Amino acid sequence: MSTLLLIEQVLNGLQFGVMLFLMAAGLTLIFGVMGLINLAHGSLYMVGAFAAAATAAATGSFVLALVAALIAAAAAGAIVELTVIRRLYDRDHLDQVLATFALILVFSEGTRWIFGSFPLYLDVPAALAGPVTLPGGIEYPAYRLLIIGMGLAVAAGLFLLISRTRIGIQIRAGEADREMIGALGVDISKLYTLVFALGAALAGLAGALVGAIQSVQVGMGEPVLILAFVVIVIGGIGSIKGAFVGALLVGLTDTLGGVLLPEFFALFTEASSAKLIGASVASMAIYILMAGVLIFKPTGLFGGQT
Amino acid sequence: MKLHSLMLAAGLAATASMGMAEKIKVGMITTLSGGGAGLGIDVRDGFLLAVKGNDDIELVIEDDQRKPEIAVQLADKMIQSEKVDVMTGIIWSNLAMAVVPAATAQGKFYVSPNAGPSALAGKGCHPNYFNVAWQNDAYHEAAGKWASENGVGKVVVMAPNYPAGKDAITGFKRFFTGEIADEVYTKLGQQDYAAEIAQIRASGADMVYYFLPGGMGISFMKQYAGSGADVQVMGPAFSFDQGILGAIGDAALGVKNTAHWSKDLDVPGNADFVAAFQAEYGRLPSVYAAQGFDTGLLLASAAAKADVADADAFRAALKEADFQSVRGEFSFGANNHPVQTIYVREVVKEGDVVTNKLLGAAAENHSDAYAADCKM
Amino acid sequence: MTRAAMINAALFAMLPITAGVALALDEPFIITLATKVAILALAAVGLNIALGLGGLVSLGHAAFFGIGGYAMGILAHHAQSYTPLMELPFLIEGTKSMPVIWLVAIIASALAALAIGALSLRTTGVYFIMITLAFGQMLYYFAISWPAYGGEDGLSIYVRNGFPGLNTLVPIQFFGLCFAVLAVVLWASGRLARSAFGLALTAARQNPERVEAVGLTPYRLRLVAFTISGAVTGLAGALFADLNRFVSPTMFSWQMSGEIMIFIILGGVGRLFGPVAGAALFILLEHLLSGVTEFWLIYVGALLLLVVLFARGGLIGSLAGREVAHD
Repeated sequence: MSTLLLIEQVLNGLQFGVMLFLMAAGLTLIFGVMGLINLAHGSLYMVGAFAAAATAAATGSFVLALVAALIAAAAAGAIVELTVIRRLYDRDHLDQVLATFALILVFSEGTRWIFGSFPLYLDVPAALAGPVTLPGGIEYPAYRLLIIGMGLAVAAGLFLLISRTRIGIQIRAGEADREMIGALGVDISKLYTLVFALGAALAGLAGALVGAIQSVQVGMGEPVLILAFVVIVIGGIGSIKGAFVGALLVGLTDTLGGVLLPEFFALFTEASSAKLIGASVASMAIYILMAGVLIFKPTGLFGGQT
Repeated sequence: MKLHSLMLAAGLAATASMGMAEKIKVGMITTLSGGGAGLGIDVRDGFLLAVKGNDDIELVIEDDQRKPEIAVQLADKMIQSEKVDVMTGIIWSNLAMAVVPAATAQGKFYVSPNAGPSALAGKGCHPNYFNVAWQNDAYHEAAGKWASENGVGKVVVMAPNYPAGKDAITGFKRFFTGEIADEVYTKLGQQDYAAEIAQIRASGADMVYYFLPGGMGISFMKQYAGSGADVQVMGPAFSFDQGILGAIGDAALGVKNTAHWSKDLDVPGNADFVAAFQAEYGRLPSVYAAQGFDTGLLLASAAAKADVADADAFRAALKEADFQSVRGEFSFGANNHPVQTIYVREVVKEGDVVTNKLLGAAAENHSDAYAADCKM
Repeated sequence: MTRAAMINAALFAMLPITAGVALALDEPFIITLATKVAILALAAVGLNIALGLGGLVSLGHAAFFGIGGYAMGILAHHAQSYTPLMELPFLIEGTKSMPVIWLVAIIASALAALAIGALSLRTTGVYFIMITLAFGQMLYYFAISWPAYGGEDGLSIYVRNGFPGLNTLVPIQFFGLCFAVLAVVLWASGRLARSAFGLALTAARQNPERVEAVGLTPYRLRLVAFTISGAVTGLAGALFADLNRFVSPTMFSWQMSGEIMIFIILGGVGRLFGPVAGAALFILLEHLLSGVTEFWLIYVGALLLLVVLFARGGLIGSLAGREVAHD
């Protein structure tokens, strides 16, 4: 494999990681602040993608589609928080898992009811449709560069939000001591709704951005959800920094595993079966990574005590 | 049974209630909910259109949710409780492998409107199992043949790492005489193909042949179009079907794909079928709808000829395939799998609709590679 | 008899009564459904040992369910194709005998549970949920891409495996067998809960520090519970595969883990008969609703939400009042 191709594959891995970060950020934020494990996060991702596809079909504008995705996912998040989620904060994880599993069923079949069983159409805007040439001669899709840019911007924005703003202070205080900030006069239930809607909006944004280059269909959220869980568990649940590092690790492992493992096994066995064995191991690679991390650091790379 | 009389019957059925004659009871197990529901819905709708107003056929429909365990239980229900004579409807090969051998072993007929796994065409064939669609390898074989005959020298083949994916690559290679630049196995359900696209671009191949059913194919094609790669793309019709083209859009333009049917195929009855399907359901029919329609016509033709209680006579009536298939010439080979022409289509834009245009035959009177293993 | 005990007895009697009525009415499919309830309840009873007694929320029990299923699939596959399972270092043949298959399924899933548990139990809380999920996914992808036993296509077994003295192909006889297994396991699991081990395990869930103070190791208690739990779920997997005469990687899917957990919640966590009630209710709903609407899962979702939010003791809890709360 040429160095140039390897660099391009590393770039692909980073890009996949950034995509996962968009999804994982909301999930880890919600867990960090409210201690809630939300399986329905993938459904909010799907809501974002469907809202974007419907808006793009009606208006033809990709920017409007992104805005619609943000609004729809945030609204869905807020509604779910007000009706269901807030009853779960003081429950054990088991109830949270079950209730949000139930929400997945409702969201998925509800979406299918409204939009039908066929995948929807959503494409990248014409201005970003082609590749651009990077220094060194790598041709890289412009839209994927946009995703990397957006992901980094979101990461930076979240760091600033948490470390520099009043809301961020409340969020950090809420993570540290829930009763105390309530006693200090912060409207905790409003804060929770806000954080949940913010997490949902991030998922919706991810869904819309990714929906333009993937299939917009019912059930699209669950595979990504599982990957996002792997990410936040590796990084340490509740840690934005952990989610970022974990996302890049998972992105790189998955992409480079798929590329390099078949070549690695070709050193030992003949080409065709090496590809099959390599592909099989690659499909398990991120779970092996996750198990490995947890065995040595039971609370993830950047996690505190649970 | 002629199409026009069916259409007439359809009109009558709208006003008159269904007749009382119960000649054959058909159990349809297909995927109507969850991922991949679009395919099952098309098969069902095509079938319903074909048997509309037909008093010979009583239909029970169940949803397998694309889960093999559910399909097996529904099959038990159809056989034990509903006491159906004929079963049909399954979309996925793994579900067919779970249901068909048990059903035929219990003396039921099974007529497959979609899946055609190689095991059921070869050693596991059965006199009561008929496939109206294709053996799984057919599209891939025809694509390999077409590529060889049209000056394609080097090909990258790509499929998910599961049995149907490996069959696809084997099928393509069986008829392709050029060089295989690379074989790429992806994860089942994978949605991001940046790494594979980089590999394809670096391979120096003339063409990439891929088999990525459902959402996987949509994701790949959208990403491929944005990557600037200029390697020609080809695939089986599964990835360029009407439901899927609507989701890919312009990114699929110019792609070649192989199918046994196309909506612009000029054979008797096809134009009427396309028009009737559009009138009934408000969307263009897919290959799955055409397969469901043919399955309905085949069963209606057999029901008109023989009593299902006489299994030998009914089997002979099915085997005759005495119906006007919307794909044109159609007959069953020795292993009850189709002998038919596989065509090449190109994705084009007609007005605002992205759809397929017929280019020509890729493999004429094509049968499958497994018939020799079938002893029945 | 307390009200809860009466409800338990009634629930438990309902299965054979349903099967008997179905037999009289010549509705073999209803018997098949009752068998399915018994088997899935068995899987959930297994999970309930880890979850209800040990407080271990495992979202990866499909791994053991699948291992049990594949134990049956692989052994029967070799028996039906007359190929040995392994020739070196010594010859192992396939088998179509249920007792042997059960034993293999129990041992294989217990070993897997021991290994997975030993690693996973180093973590707690959400991390534990997620690492068990990860192990389940690992096995799921392995089963899909492992070509020897059918990959995603799975394995079909043409004739149900045999049990000495029974004709397992007759639905009511197979039901009787599964029901008997369920009854034995329920009895054993009730004994387990009241044994010294069960009490120590409950204590380790409620107050691990105190358990440590009296010289017990919570980690070891939990590992034993997790292993037993996996073994029972594995046995259920072998029976489930025999019910369908088919195994496939979907037995390993995380939705399967979720469903097994749903049975427990619907019935009531930590209640001996909760899994039976939950599995019965779920199968009943699936059977009734899927005939009414394509979108039946919405209603299942809504019902599950209501149960989790408002009926915390599950079905049995609501019927029996709160006299036996789970914590």
